[in-house]
Amino acid sequence: MIALLDYGAGNVGSVLKAINYLGHAAQAVDQPELLIKATKVVLPGQGHFGQMMTALDERGLRDPVSKMLASGVPYLGICLGLQALYESSEEAPGIRGLGVLPGRVKRFEGVFKVPHVGWSQIEVRRESKLLAGVPTGSFVYYCHSYYGPVTDQSAATTEYGQSFAAAFEMDSVWAVQFHPEKSSEIGLKVLRNFLDS
Amino acid sequence: MFAKRIIPCLDCKDGRVVKGVQFVDLRDAGEPSELAEMYNREGADELVMLDISASREGRATLMDTVHRVAQKLFIPLTVGGGVRTLDDAHRLLAAGADKVAVNTAAVETPELISEIAGRFGNQAVVVAIDARRKTSLQGEDGQAGDASSNKAQPYWNVLTYGGSRKTDLNAVEWASRVEALGAGEILLTSMDADGTQRGFDCELTGAISNAVHIPVIASGGAGGLEHFAEVFKRGAADAALAASIFHYGQHSIRSLKEYLFAQGVPVRLI
Repeated sequence: MIALLDYGAGNVGSVLKAINYLGHAAQAVDQPELLIKATKVVLPGQGHFGQMMTALDERGLRDPVSKMLASGVPYLGICLGLQALYESSEEAPGIRGLGVLPGRVKRFEGVFKVPHVGWSQIEVRRESKLLAGVPTGSFVYYCHSYYGPVTDQSAATTEYGQSFAAAFEMDSVWAVQFHPEKSSEIGLKVLRNFLDS
Repeated sequence: MFAKRIIPCLDCKDGRVVKGVQFVDLRDAGEPSELAEMYNREGADELVMLDISASREGRATLMDTVHRVAQKLFIPLTVGGGVRTLDDAHRLLAAGADKVAVNTAAVETPELISEIAGRFGNQAVVVAIDARRKTSLQGEDGQAGDASSNKAQPYWNVLTYGGSRKTDLNAVEWASRVEALGAGEILLTSMDADGTQRGFDCELTGAISNAVHIPVIASGGAGGLEHFAEVFKRGAADAALAASIFHYGQHSIRSLKEYLFAQGVPVRLI
C-alpha cells in the first residue's frame, strides 16, 4: 500500500489524483497504525513548516516516519515534504525537522517576488532514478517561499535568486521541491519513476 | 530560467465554454474538459476557469465541470466567478481547483482573502482586480501618455460586478492591500483594454506589478503576439491571460511561446 501522509492541510487530493491516474492505488493516512502497512510513503506537503511538523507530532507520525526513512521504505517528499528532511526551517524556529539532511531551510532573499510561483528549469547534478528521463532544462512547477540549501546529495538544483535544492535521492529517500502533480508530463514522469521503483 | 506564464481562460456558463470557440480537432469545442486537455497539450502553463452563470443551477453545474476538468489536468487550475464565502472557496478546491479567484466579494468583505489564505494557504487565493483608468476633469481620453508629457499621475479605479459597478478604490493601493491580506497572486484585468484586442494596458500592469511582491497576471486586450511580448517587457507582468485569441484559433499557445522565446522572453517550451 502506498501511504499519503495526511496532516490535515495540503495537496493530498491532487497528489492522490495523479497517482491514481498513473494506475496506482494509494491511501491517505493520518494514523501510525495505518502507516505500518505502507510499502511506500509520500509526504505531499503544502503550507507551513511548523504546522506540518506539529501536526505530524500530534498524530504520532513523526517517529514511525523517521523509522521508515531509516529502514529503507521508499519515501517521496513533495515541496514541504522535501523541507521536512532538513534539521529545521527559518519559517518555524525551534521546531525540529526529520533531520535526514544537514542544515536549515531558508527564506528567499534578494528576489523581488516571493513566493516563487511558476515554472523554472532544473539542472541535474547527479544521476538518479527519480529524474530518469528528466534532463537538465526541464521545466517544473514551483510554489514556495522557503527553500532547502544545496548539499552534496542534491540530484538537481534550480536557480531563483540563488541556487536551491530541487531534488534529492538518497537510497530510498527521495524528494522534490517542485510539484510533480502540477508539472504536466515531466511531473508525471517523476511520479512514475517513484511508483515504478 | 524562470518562465513567464501563458494562461488560457475558459469562460464557462452552465457547464459550457462560451465566447465562441473554433477548433476543428475537437468533437465538441465547447466542452471545458476537452479544451483544458488541448491547452495542456499545447503547453499552457496554467488554466483559469471563470464561471459567468447567472443562475443557481449554473453554479451547481460548475462544481461538476471543475471536477471533470481537474481529473485529467496536471497543471494548476484556478477557478473564479461568484466566489463569495469561505465555503464557496472550499467547495471549488475540493472539486479539484488549486486556486480560487475572488473579485467583488474581496472588495465588499476583504477579510474573505485572509480567511481563505488562513485556511488553505496564500497560494490558493488569487484576487482578481478589474481596473479602469480614471479620466481627468480636463477630459483627457484615458490613453497611455508618454513619460515626457506633463499629465498627472495615472489613476485607476477598481470596478466590481463584472465591471459594471465603480468603486472609490485606487487599484494600485487595493493591490498592496490584498497582498497584505494574504493574496497569493493578482489577476489584473484592464477594463479599458478588455475586448479591444489592441494590447494589454502595460502602464496599469507595470504600476501594479512594481507595487507588490506577489505575481501579477495581466489580462484584457490581447490581440496579437506582440502584445504578450510588450506586457512582459514593459508591463513587468509575471503571466498573461487570454481567451478569445486562443479559442478562435488565431494563435496557438505553442506559436505564441515560440514567438516570445525568439523575442527573448523566458517561456516554457515543450
